[in-house]
Amino acid sequence: MQEILTVTELTKSIKSLLETSFGFLWVTGEISNLRQPRSGHVYFTLKDENSQIRAVVFRQTLRNIGFDLEDGMNIICRGRLSVYQQRGEYQLILDAAEPKGVGALQLAFEQMKKHLEEEGLFDPLHKKKIPFLPHRIGIVTSATGAAIRDILNITGRRFPSIDILIAPVRVQGIEAPPEICDAISVLNSIEDIDVIIITRGGGSLEDLFPFNDERVARVIYASKVPVISAVGHEIDFTIADFVADMRAPTPSAAAELVVPMKKELLATVETLRMRMISSHRRMMGRLVEKSIILRERLKDPKRQIEDLRINVDDITNKLAENLRHGFDTRKSHLQNLTALLKLMNPSVKITNDLLKLDSLRKNMIAGFQRLVDDFKHKLQKNMAMLDILSPLAVLERGYGIVRKLPDGAIIKNVSSIMVGNRINVRVSSGAFDAEVTKISREKKYERKKI
Amino acid sequence: MKEKKFEEALERLEEIVKKIEAGDMTLEESLEAFEEGIKLSRLCSKKLDEAERKVEILLKDNEGVDIKPFTGED
Repeated sequence: MQEILTVTELTKSIKSLLETSFGFLWVTGEISNLRQPRSGHVYFTLKDENSQIRAVVFRQTLRNIGFDLEDGMNIICRGRLSVYQQRGEYQLILDAAEPKGVGALQLAFEQMKKHLEEEGLFDPLHKKKIPFLPHRIGIVTSATGAAIRDILNITGRRFPSIDILIAPVRVQGIEAPPEICDAISVLNSIEDIDVIIITRGGGSLEDLFPFNDERVARVIYASKVPVISAVGHEIDFTIADFVADMRAPTPSAAAELVVPMKKELLATVETLRMRMISSHRRMMGRLVEKSIILRERLKDPKRQIEDLRINVDDITNKLAENLRHGFDTRKSHLQNLTALLKLMNPSVKITNDLLKLDSLRKNMIAGFQRLVDDFKHKLQKNMAMLDILSPLAVLERGYGIVRKLPDGAIIKNVSSIMVGNRINVRVSSGAFDAEVTKISREKKYERKKI
Repeated sequence: MKEKKFEEALERLEEIVKKIEAGDMTLEESLEAFEEGIKLSRLCSKKLDEAERKVEILLKDNEGVDIKPFTGED
């Protein structure tokens, strides 16, 4: 009968099987999904085209790796397979890794460079000025190397009176970085050192590695004394080169950069001295000449008086001329104004206006008279007309006005009276009362009435 | 520091030469500048002619650091 296992029993036996049969192994693959929680351990997936496996690097082992693991990086790594029972997962626990393609050192260099650059250690604004003529140069290098011999030769030839203080250090191996750091610090504490050269001759990438050390970079950055870095050959670039205030391609070049040619300086001073003397001489010459001329002019005051006299005459003439000219101008101006004033005399206008006024008045009176005459004429005409239309005139012609009594209404129609009515008749010379005795009607009125 | 004095002296000397060459100083100023210039040029030359250099090496011992002449055989 088949044995029935618990999950724990199964997982335990898988764990022991995997962990014993694989042991230490080498794997190559690409890093992905890399993360580093607060614990400091690094977790990622190692994958190729078809498969993937979990991997972890514990914080303690990270230091041995020497470069930073990054997503997308292809690595060759060594580790052991381990089963994490609680989750039933297996993963690689790495203890060493190498980047594939580029070497680990090269990669570490690139990473360090990027890191320090971002931090601002290469900032050109931080770089200090190299003194024009140093008094005492501190040199951090091997006391037995070719570099120090080259520098001593060249500085001695160019300027034999500049002091040099050598701070001997190892320039390769793991002891080198702390020694270099220490030397830079000590030289900073010696008062009259005014420039430091850190240098070594050419070597392999590994040989130059102390100059890529982060500690060295930070000490260079912190140095109060300007630092020149001259490591290896022209083609070699180290972190120290980027942090230093100046990079020299070789130790010899550093010596040439930091020490001027004494001969040239002497020549410069001499040239300046000569320029000064000759222009001073010229200036003095000019002053002497000027003073001679002035003295000569000072000798003959009579001539000056004559000049002044002529000048006075000249000015007097000009003055008279100016006065005359001014008078003439004003006179003609005055004449112009007088004529203009005459033209503008108001009495003429007043006379004209009076005449115009008189004629207007006459016109007005005549007009008015005409208007009055017209009215008179019209009035007479109207009065004649009035006479014609007046009922009195009609009465004169024999007509009478008959009124009914007692109300006095004018009788225009026989139908408004009756026999026996009293009436008043008005004729031209007076009036009389009468009584109606008979009424007779005109025929056409009768007919109309029917 | 001595070497700074050299650089300053050289700069000042150049300045004086340019001023004198420009020729717009009074006689008094000019004489004063000339005198200063001559002194500076002497100072510069003197700085350049100083004695032989010292080449030394830092040696560490239990007490701290010590400075010894460097012979090239250490």
